[in-house]
Parts: sequence; structure tokens; C-alpha cells
Amino acid sequence: MNLHEYQAKALLSRYGVPSPKGMLAESAAEAAAATGALGGSSWAVKAQIHAGLRADAGGIQLVASPDAAVKTAEGLLGRRLVTPQTGAKGKLVRAVYVEEAVGTTQELYLAVLVDRGTGGVALIAAREGGNDIESRMAAAPEKLLRLPVDLEAGLDEQAAAELAGKLGLEGGLADQAVAVMQAICKAFGELDASLIEINPLAVTSDGALTALDVKMVLDDNALYRHQDLAALRDVEELNPTELEAERFALNFVQLDGDIGVMVNGAGLALATVDLLKQRGGEPADFMDIRPEASRAQVAEGFGLLLRNPNVKAILVNIYGGGILRCDTVAEGIAAACKAEGLRVPLIVRAAGTNGELARKILMSQGVPVTFAGSIGEAASLVVAAAGKEAA
Amino acid sequence: MAILIDGDTKVICQGFTGKQASYHMERAIAYGTQVVGGVVPGKGGRRHLGLPVFDSVVEAVTETGATASAVFVPPDSAADALIEAIDAELPLVVCVTERIPVLDMVRVKQRLAGSETRLIGPNSQGILNPGRCKIGVMPAHLERPGGVGVVSRSASLTSEVIEQISEQRLGQSTSIGIGGDPVHGMGFVDCLELFFADPDTDCVVLLGEIGGDDEEQAADYLRKTKPSKPVIGYVAGLYAPTQRRMGHAGTVNVFGQGGAADKMEALRGAGVTIAASAAEIGQTVRQTLRS
Repeated sequence: MNLHEYQAKALLSRYGVPSPKGMLAESAAEAAAATGALGGSSWAVKAQIHAGLRADAGGIQLVASPDAAVKTAEGLLGRRLVTPQTGAKGKLVRAVYVEEAVGTTQELYLAVLVDRGTGGVALIAAREGGNDIESRMAAAPEKLLRLPVDLEAGLDEQAAAELAGKLGLEGGLADQAVAVMQAICKAFGELDASLIEINPLAVTSDGALTALDVKMVLDDNALYRHQDLAALRDVEELNPTELEAERFALNFVQLDGDIGVMVNGAGLALATVDLLKQRGGEPADFMDIRPEASRAQVAEGFGLLLRNPNVKAILVNIYGGGILRCDTVAEGIAAACKAEGLRVPLIVRAAGTNGELARKILMSQGVPVTFAGSIGEAASLVVAAAGKEAA
Repeated sequence: MAILIDGDTKVICQGFTGKQASYHMERAIAYGTQVVGGVVPGKGGRRHLGLPVFDSVVEAVTETGATASAVFVPPDSAADALIEAIDAELPLVVCVTERIPVLDMVRVKQRLAGSETRLIGPNSQGILNPGRCKIGVMPAHLERPGGVGVVSRSASLTSEVIEQISEQRLGQSTSIGIGGDPVHGMGFVDCLELFFADPDTDCVVLLGEIGGDDEEQAADYLRKTKPSKPVIGYVAGLYAPTQRRMGHAGTVNVFGQGGAADKMEALRGAGVTIAASAAEIGQTVRQTLRS
């Protein structure tokens, strides 16, 4: 689960991580009020969306008067902000975070994440933070400093102090850095985070460390033990169709193409989408039916494909196994077709547990289906069917 | 022969009396797996599927001589169940449970270091030695004995590939799902080592997907060891959008790493024959074995 910058900063401040004073504003008037309440003479107005690289897209602007804050807030609120991480349609800005502006002399990078290579938690740091950290670190990975973290024991102070030294920090700044490192490691464990990233962690002109921007991702699988954090979820940031799919035991990601895709299992779903692209097709979605899905949930999922106006043909690729049986899927599809009508060609490949039964169910329910005997045949048939409709 | 399991493997099931566990263990027994009992805290002394139920793993191991555990315990208590199995020094633990909090798995991984246990999963379909032993949730109707070792991060894709291998009139020595989670037990490298040492495995099919660096680690290992057995590879997610979780929690890319194209390139560079598409994996195995 992604958090907004203002939520992440509020959470980290509980752990003693300093960040500039700020207030959330959902209207231009609130932005003006925020400048008054915060005091000072210049502020940063920052669009709150679940995507990074906001600054270059105009999503973060410095203003030097309350009037300018109002103007900037008006320009951002209600608009869609497009950054390299939002996709072409961008993300609707529904709130801005107004923050006191701080002068900085140095910008560092600091993060805690699960290091998949070792299966442990790691603290990551770099001397130079900033917007293009990912590409710079890909180009010069040796500049990325790593420190393994034992969450139960807490971050080792000695090791943290050495890391601060490698970042070029001395004296009081080094002590502050150690405190921030220990705080974010503690927060990481207690909040069940999968990523906490402070980028940049700035050295201010008056010689203090402050978290200028924070990105935090929490582990969805652990939210059951954090009811308070689950409430921070911003459903408006999610694609409504994806949100609907989530309720039906489906993993669903909307794509831009015209072939509706329903597959069981993430790996087979990825492979099916790849194969469609390789055969010249354009998938409209990635849909992975979870093993425990019921007939009714499959019907709801198939309904999402039927209601997508871009869809010109549908491919169902099911390998029955585990507790998911092909007949359950077939019954769900038949029910959805009966309820909503099937207006596009449907190609079904049903293999594994009860595959034959699935074919019988679809035929006996009168669903007009073309059956494919293999994943390759299924892909070719559906790409051709989508093309024919287009012509 | 096979790797990790064979006809002598004695299996207990943790979370034995649950609905999913019951369904799959019944099928494992029908398949011929030596299932010797189960563990459900608080239900010790009962019988389930005609087998004894124990309160703890240690007790089950002492009473039955079990050498492997199938873990079907729900996500909120799965990590503790895994740690219990590790502490009981079970040689093999197979975890089917999905959606275990990742920091719980970090804790399990710490306990695993230096232990006697090999962990498969979590979020794994399990491990199968055709005709002898099945621990997990995979369909087994098409698996048959042969010389192809299969190691995969995805259950459904494994079924697809087993079908393609069978169409080529080939069989498997062992198929293993290492699971779709970011922090897991055995990786590709561990499985490759075992397959290369197994006299009955002629070649290995490695099925990867986006996210993480298991494939890159496998490539490094293969480049260094230059094994005599051929490896056939496929990586799913070539056209997946980045920064999105595609079903498996392990599929999110961080720092732009973990793309399918890079993984395939790394594997190809290490001598792996990459199948041109998901529809051509069986054929590629056949051609590789011929050449």
C-alpha cells in the first residue's frame, strides 16, 4: 500500500525524523491559510499523488507569497499531473501539501527496504540524493552504500556512524544522521513497511538534517495487524476497475489494449500477456484469478472484461490445479455471459483439473466459444479475432 | 532418483485439518506419497484422513520419523509454524501458504541460516517427484518420470510447461516451485546445484518472472560453474508495466532492476537456451536435448 508524502512524514515524525513544518490543503483557500499558520516568507506547494518525479512535472513549486501559494494550489488542484511514473493519463491532484521552504546545502539519499538478494532488511544510502537517483545508481551502483539491518536488535550504532562518515557527515550532523537511520529502521519494523525512502535527506543552511521528501510503502499482507494504518489507504488513487477486481479475489491491472485476458496464476498470466504481444496483439488487462476464487467471483471478473468498451476479443487461459478447477471458471463465465451478453469473440483454453468438463459446461450453456488446445493456438486465435473485429 | 524427495520421504502436514490442507493431502496420499500424520496445536491425539494428529512438530517427528513437512498454516501464524519446523530440524519444509507478511519471512530466513532445513516457498505449489512423492498443490496428471528437472517461480506456468514437456514425450525428474514471494527459502541456484548433482536429471528448465534477482544470481552461478547439463530458460513479464505488483508480491521492480529482458539476457549470456515464447518451451527442451 502506497502512502502520500504527508502521511509518510507524519508517521516518521512519531519516530523523531525531522521534516519541514507543513499542512495539507484541499482548496486554494486552505493553501493560503496554511501559509499564514506556518509562518515564514516562502513555502513549497507539493501535489499529493501516488507517484514520484513530481518536481519536473510542475508538481512541486516554491512560492514567496500567500497569493502565489493560492495561484499555485489553484493550478494544481483538480488537474491531472503527468510524471514519468503516472502513465500518460496522469494522476488527479486532490490535495497539496504546503510546507515551509528550507534552504539546503547538501542532499543525501537514505532508504530502508527488503533486500531480496539476501532475504534481509537493508539500509541504503548515497551522498547524492535527488530526482534521478534510480538512473544514477543504475549507472554507478558502487555509490549506493548498503548496510544490513537486524530489525530485532535494531540498527547497530557503530555501523550507522561509519555509514554517516562515508556520507561525508561529521560532528552533530553525523549524530543526527545516525538518529534518523535508527528511527527509520525502527519505523520499518513496527509499521511492517516494505519501503521507506527519504529522498532527499537534506542538510539545511542552518546545519540540521531534514526529510524533504518521503516515500513509504506498507506491506499489504501485514495490514491485518495494523488497522490504524489500513485507514490511511487512499482508494481514490486506485483505478476503480482494479479496486472492484480486488474484492473478487482477482489480481487485476488495467492495460491499454483491446484483448481482454483472464488467466489463473500470476506467472501464466504474465506469460500469456507476453505471448499476445509477441503475436501482435494488445492486451487490455492483466487478470490473475486467485486459486480460491468462487464461481461468483469469476463471474464478476469476467463481467469487468465484458464491460470494457475497448475489448474486441477475450482470451481465457486456465490451467486447473491447486484448488482452482476449470469447471468453476466455466460456470462463472457462463453466468456472466448470461447476465451481460457476450458481444465479442471468446477464445477459451481450459487444461488441467476438469478442463474437459469446463468445455462441456460452456457448450451446454450455449456460450459461443472457440476452444483452443494450447496456449500458442489460443494466442493466435484471439489476436486474429481482435484484428477481424477492427477491420 | 530425484532431488530432495523420493518414495521414502515421510511427510507430515502442518495445519493438517484445514480445508485446503485436507483437500491436497488427500490427493497426495492417493498419489502414493507417504503421508504419516499432521500437526495442529490443540488437536493432538485426534485422527484426520486416517492419520494421527500431533500438537507439535517435534512430537510428530519423534512419533512418525517424518523427514518433510507440508505447511498449509494461515498467513498470520505461518512464520511461527515454519520456525517450529526449522527448530525441529526437519530436512525439508514446503510452504504453500500465500500472503505471509514479508517481515515475518525475514525472521524465518534468519532462523533458516545455518540450520539443517531446506525451505521451499512460501507461496509455492510444492515439489513433485513423478510417480513417487507429491508435496504441494500442483495437478499431477501430466507429470511422469523422466530426465527434465523443472524449477519455477510460478505454479500455473509450471503446469503449462509440464504439459509442453509431456507433449514432447519427455518426463521430469523433479519439479519444484520456489514460490512467488520476495523473501523465500531455496532459490534457483540451490535447485540448480542439486539438479546438476542428480544422475537422473539430464537438463533443467528454469522458469523465472519479473522482480528480484533470482534469475541474475542463477546466471552468475552458471557462468562460474559452466555445468555440463543444458539449462533451458524462460522469464515471464516481458511486457508487464513496471512499478506494479503483477499478482505475485515478488513481481514489483525496485530501482529499475528485475526486468524480464535483462534477466533473459543475463541467462543467455551464461549459456542458457532461452525459449522464444511461452508456447515454445517444450519444443526448446526437445531441441536442446537433441543437439
